[in-house]
Amino acid sequence: MDFGSLGSCYLSVFPCVLDGPYVVQIGGAAYTIPPKFIFRPTLSEYDSVFAGVQSFTKPLEHSIFVTLLSTALVLVLAIPAAYGLSVRPVKRAKDVLFFFLSTKMLPYVAAVVPIFIVAKDLGLLNNEWALVILYTAMNLPIAVWMIRSFFIELPNGLLEAARIDGANTWVEVTRVILPITLPGIAATALICAIFAWNEFFFAQSLTTTNATMSVFLVSSIQTEGLYWAHLAAAATIASLPVILAGWVAQKQLVRGLSMGALK
Amino acid sequence: MTTLSSSVPQLPVDRAVPAANGQPRPSAVRAQAWKRRLPLMPAFVYVVIVTQVPFLVTLWYSFRRWNLLVPGSNKFAGLAEYRAAFADPAFRQAAVRTVEMTASAVILSMVLGSALALLVNRKFFGRGIVRTMLITPFLIMPVATDLLFKTTIYDPIFGFLDFVLKPFGVGRINWLGTHAVGSIVVVLVWEWAPFMMLIVLAGLQGEDLEALEAARVDGANALKSFAYITLPNIQRYIQLGVLLGSIYIVQTFGEVFVLTAGGPGTATTNLPYYLYEQVFDNFTVGLGAAAGIIVVILTQVVAIFALRLLSGLLRASTA
Repeated sequence: MDFGSLGSCYLSVFPCVLDGPYVVQIGGAAYTIPPKFIFRPTLSEYDSVFAGVQSFTKPLEHSIFVTLLSTALVLVLAIPAAYGLSVRPVKRAKDVLFFFLSTKMLPYVAAVVPIFIVAKDLGLLNNEWALVILYTAMNLPIAVWMIRSFFIELPNGLLEAARIDGANTWVEVTRVILPITLPGIAATALICAIFAWNEFFFAQSLTTTNATMSVFLVSSIQTEGLYWAHLAAAATIASLPVILAGWVAQKQLVRGLSMGALK
Repeated sequence: MTTLSSSVPQLPVDRAVPAANGQPRPSAVRAQAWKRRLPLMPAFVYVVIVTQVPFLVTLWYSFRRWNLLVPGSNKFAGLAEYRAAFADPAFRQAAVRTVEMTASAVILSMVLGSALALLVNRKFFGRGIVRTMLITPFLIMPVATDLLFKTTIYDPIFGFLDFVLKPFGVGRINWLGTHAVGSIVVVLVWEWAPFMMLIVLAGLQGEDLEALEAARVDGANALKSFAYITLPNIQRYIQLGVLLGSIYIVQTFGEVFVLTAGGPGTATTNLPYYLYEQVFDNFTVGLGAAAGIIVVILTQVVAIFALRLLSGLLRASTA
């Protein structure tokens, strides 16, 4: 059984392993038949990725900007909303929760036409802010559900004790609730960041020269042709932050993917 | 006021000011309810504006014939664009392709994901690392995955797949040309099997170990205890994975865009890609919007089941 898992494990990372030689190999030597598995390692491709016309520096900056800002905005909106749906719930809190969830089930493609036209009219085409606004809306339902699932796990007595001690809502949230649920909120932020970082459809539809990594990766490869080593190095840089974030948040990943229904 | 006071007892009215008759004043109740709603409102309003309004506008556009390149073409057209969509063989083919690709990717990734979940659910040395590596395909930027599959695996000249299959007498195959749909499904399965694995794994980890032990003592073999104990237990998780997976995979765009650009011909054009082409290549807003509404209706059929299942799981987990 262990062999089975190890085998499947290898298969799952196989394209990356395959990728390995190209990443550290001199560009031209990557096209050989049969493939060479012994090679002279070099990191020169990583330099090339950040240099020249096809430099990844700008798209990388755009991706970081869009991801950080949209994730911060998500938290600012989602934490109070989760509070209003768990600690002191509004009437029909469940309906509101399912409203949030149902927006995730509306295919994005159906909304892209008006979004494109409105963005055009507002001068937001090819502007990172358009992506910030959209990614915030895209991740907000996940964040509300996840953070709520952490809030309802808070022991009841704790909040009562805080209230008896005379804590107002602000103190209750900032001194009691947030410190305890911080790991959960951090995991939520990581998951939202992963989705924002990897998003392609809206980025492709709404940006051109101010593209994020995903769009730039595709366009630069299409214009540069078969520079595998370059591709591999670029793909690694594009994927690495998210892979690391996912590894850190993996215990909470399933909660995020199931909107907090599974633990 | 009778309707309001009848709804009052369900409200925790800890801070409402009592009126002379002992009942909280309606105005105080209303103020209290608004105070509770206050933290919710920013997120709620934001989501309504950014996700619901565009959808309603799409609905509006879908009744109009509008080409961005033709000035003055923005006119009411009734159901004409819907008729145009259904009359377009490319649209009908895209709809069939969407169902085919989504169904096969969901089923295959669920089968693979469940198998991986069963493996990782066992205790063995290095399980954490194996699990971490298995979820990695889901984290890699999807378009990076697509590009790597396209250039290093499927490529007819330099691709690894043909190289591996050569000793078995398989000649040079242009996978994305001759087996385009299958090639895309393989990539989708590679990306989504970890998602399914995580969901099924959550089900397996909540499993009653005593029941399994009892079955073993009673002489049930592995296959039987899987079929009669494990499978019924994880059934709801499998349903959830299939429903959520369908909702996400039906929106597949990047894979088609990068791997085949909808081709060869229109062989791999699914509805999202068709819609993208209508709007961004042909600038036919009305037709794109009508196609979008049809995609929404298809998705909502699945979404209704998903929401029902999630609400059941939620009740079970909070009960």
